Amino acid sequence: MTDFITPSSQLKTRKSAEKRFQWYGRGAIIASLVFLVVMVGSILYKGSGAFTTTDVAIVVDLGPEAVDPANPQDARFEKIVKDALKARFPEATKRADRRKLYGLVSNDAGFELERFVLANPDKLGGEVRVWFRASDDFDILLKGTVDRTVDESERRLSDQEIGWIDTLLADGDVKRGFNWSFFTNGDSREPELAGILSALVGSALTLLVCFCFSFPVGILAAIYLEEFAPKNRFSDIIEVNINNLAAVPSIVFGLLGLSMLLNTFGMPRSSPLVGGLVLSLMTLPTIIIAARASLRAVPPSIREAALGMGASPVQATFHHVAPLALPGIMTGTIVGMAQALGETAPLLMIGMVAFIVDVPQSILEPATALPVQIFLWADAPERAFLEKTSAAIIVLLLFLITMNLLAIVLRRRFEKRF
Amino acid sequence: MSKTAIISAKDVDVFYGEKQALNKINLDIPENKVTSLIGPSGCGKSTFLRSINRMNDLVDICRVEGSITIKGQDIYAPEVDVVALRAKVGMVFQKPNPFPKSIYENVAYGPKIHGLAKSKTDMDELVEWSLIKAGLWKEVKDRLDQPGTGLSGGQQQRLCIARTIAVKPQVVLMDEPCSALDPIATAIIEELIDELRNNFTIVIVTHSMQQAARVSQRTAFFHLGELVESGATKSIFTSPEDERTQNYIMGRIG
Repeated sequence: MTDFITPSSQLKTRKSAEKRFQWYGRGAIIASLVFLVVMVGSILYKGSGAFTTTDVAIVVDLGPEAVDPANPQDARFEKIVKDALKARFPEATKRADRRKLYGLVSNDAGFELERFVLANPDKLGGEVRVWFRASDDFDILLKGTVDRTVDESERRLSDQEIGWIDTLLADGDVKRGFNWSFFTNGDSREPELAGILSALVGSALTLLVCFCFSFPVGILAAIYLEEFAPKNRFSDIIEVNINNLAAVPSIVFGLLGLSMLLNTFGMPRSSPLVGGLVLSLMTLPTIIIAARASLRAVPPSIREAALGMGASPVQATFHHVAPLALPGIMTGTIVGMAQALGETAPLLMIGMVAFIVDVPQSILEPATALPVQIFLWADAPERAFLEKTSAAIIVLLLFLITMNLLAIVLRRRFEKRF
Repeated sequence: MSKTAIISAKDVDVFYGEKQALNKINLDIPENKVTSLIGPSGCGKSTFLRSINRMNDLVDICRVEGSITIKGQDIYAPEVDVVALRAKVGMVFQKPNPFPKSIYENVAYGPKIHGLAKSKTDMDELVEWSLIKAGLWKEVKDRLDQPGTGLSGGQQQRLCIARTIAVKPQVVLMDEPCSALDPIATAIIEELIDELRNNFTIVIVTHSMQQAARVSQRTAFFHLGELVESGATKSIFTSPEDERTQNYIMGRIG
C-alpha cells in the first residue's frame, strides 16, 4: 500500500498561520466588545440616577389669610412655602441659615404649590401636607453621590443642612420616585427640574426636516446620475465632488448654513428648519453614494428585460430598478440620518446651542438638539448635571436604536414585496 | 427584398467606438418563419439581433449605419419611437430574467404599461393566453401569485417568453434562449418556438447547430462581422456554398 497523500512539509506552518489569524480576529472582536461594554456600562451607571428624583413633604398653611379662596391665583405661594419651612425648622433664625433652609426645596416650589392649589381648590382653608421637589443637592446626597465624611468646608451641604435632611428622612417626609419630569420638562437652570423633552422634540423636528429634504433629493440625484446622465467628463467631475463632499468637516456646513440660510435668506435662527437643512447637506452625499452603489448592484438583466418589452427608461427605472435598490438606499439613509442625529458642530454655528426651556411647537421656533443638550449639560457647573448628561446620552442612544429599528422594519417590508 | 420579408437589413454597419462589429449586412427575414443566426462567438450575430429592436442604443459608444426596415418602415429614422418599436419587436434573453415579482405581474407588466387590457377580466384572459401559448399555464395556474424567480430555469425562460408575447409583438428576438437550460427544458422551448411561429416572426441566435437545424426554416451564418451566407436552413446545412460555412458546420472553425 502506497501513501497517495503524504503530509505536506508546510502543513504545520499552514495550520499555525490559520490558527493565528483566527485568534487575531477573535482578539479584535473581544477588544471592541470590551470597549462597548465599558462605555455603555459607565453611561448607564452614571445616568441611572437621573431617572429617579426626591420629593419632600411639607405642611403648608392654606388658610384664608394665606390664600384667598375667591382669588387663589393671587396668593404669594413662594412666601407660603418659606413660612412652612420656617415652621418646620424654627431653629433657623439667621438670614444665612434661612437661605439654606429655603434651599432644601427646588426654586420652583412656589409654582408647584400654585399648581397644586389651582388643581385642588377643595384643599383650601387649613393646613395641608404637600409634596415638593427637593433641590438637587438634597437629591444627590440621598443618591450617595456626595460623601458625608469629607470636611464640612469642602461640601456644598453644611452639617446643619444634612441634619435637617436626616430629620425629614426620619419623619418619613422624604420619598424617592421615578423622574417623570425628566421626560416632560424642557431645559432648566435647576438640575432637579431640567428635562430632555425640548431637546428630544428639537432633534426629532430637525431630523424630520433633514429626511424630508435629503431623502428625495438624494434618491433623485442618484437615479439621474446612475441611470440617465451621459457618462462624460462633466459627470465625472460631479461624481468626484460628491465623494469629496462626504468628507468635508461638518462644521463647514454649519458655516455655510450661517452665511447662506441665516444671513442671506433670513431664515429663523436656532430653528429646526435651518438645522435640518444644514444636516441634510451633510447626509446628502452619504445617501447619494449609497443609493448609486445599490442601483449599480441591480443586475443589468432586469433593466434589459424591462426595456426589451417596451418600457420607457423612466418606467424601467421606477418600476423595476429603483424598487430593487430601495433596501440598499434605505440602509444608506439610516447611516446618514444616524450621523445627522449625533452631529453637534454645525448646529452650534446656526445657533441651536441656545438654552431652550419651552418645547418647540414648529420647525420655525428656536430649538436645540440632543447632542447639543448633552454638550450644554456636560458644561454646567452643578454636580447634579453630571447624571443628567449621562441620562441624555442614554436617551440619544435609545432614539438612535428606535430609529434604526423602524428603518429595519420598513426595509423588511419592502424586501418582502419581491 | 422577397415578398414575404418583414425585416430587411440593407448595408448595416455597426461600430463600437472605433471597432467595427458588423460590416455591410444585407439580410431579409421572412414573416412567420423562424430564422436562426449562427456563427462563432464574437461574429456579430447578437449585435445584429440587438440592432433589430435598437437595444444597441443602450450602449453609449454603439453606432448603427445603413438601414433596417420592418414592414417597409426605417426603424432608425429620427422620428421613430423606440419604446413603440420594442413593443412590436419583443426580446427573450440568454439568461432567464423574470422580474422579481409574481408570475402574474411578470406577464401583466407589458400589457399594463402599453394599456392593452381594459379591465381586470381582460388582463386575466391575456395573462392566461400568454401562459398557454408559452406552454406554462398548466404548471403555474395555481400559483400565479408566487414569485417568478422561484420557478426552475426552463420555466423561467418560458415565463419570459410569455411575458414577451403578452404585448402581442410581431417579431420575437431570441438571444441564445436555451444556452442556460438543460436538454429537457431546451426541447420544450424548441417545441414552443415551432408553435409560436404561427403567430410571430422569430429570429433566434444560437450556438447549437442542431438547434438551428431543428427549429428554423431560414439560417444566416455570420463570421467575423460579415454575413457569409443565408438561405433555407436545409440547403445551408446540406449544401453550403461558402467554404467557411462548411467548415463551421463541420466543426472545423469556431
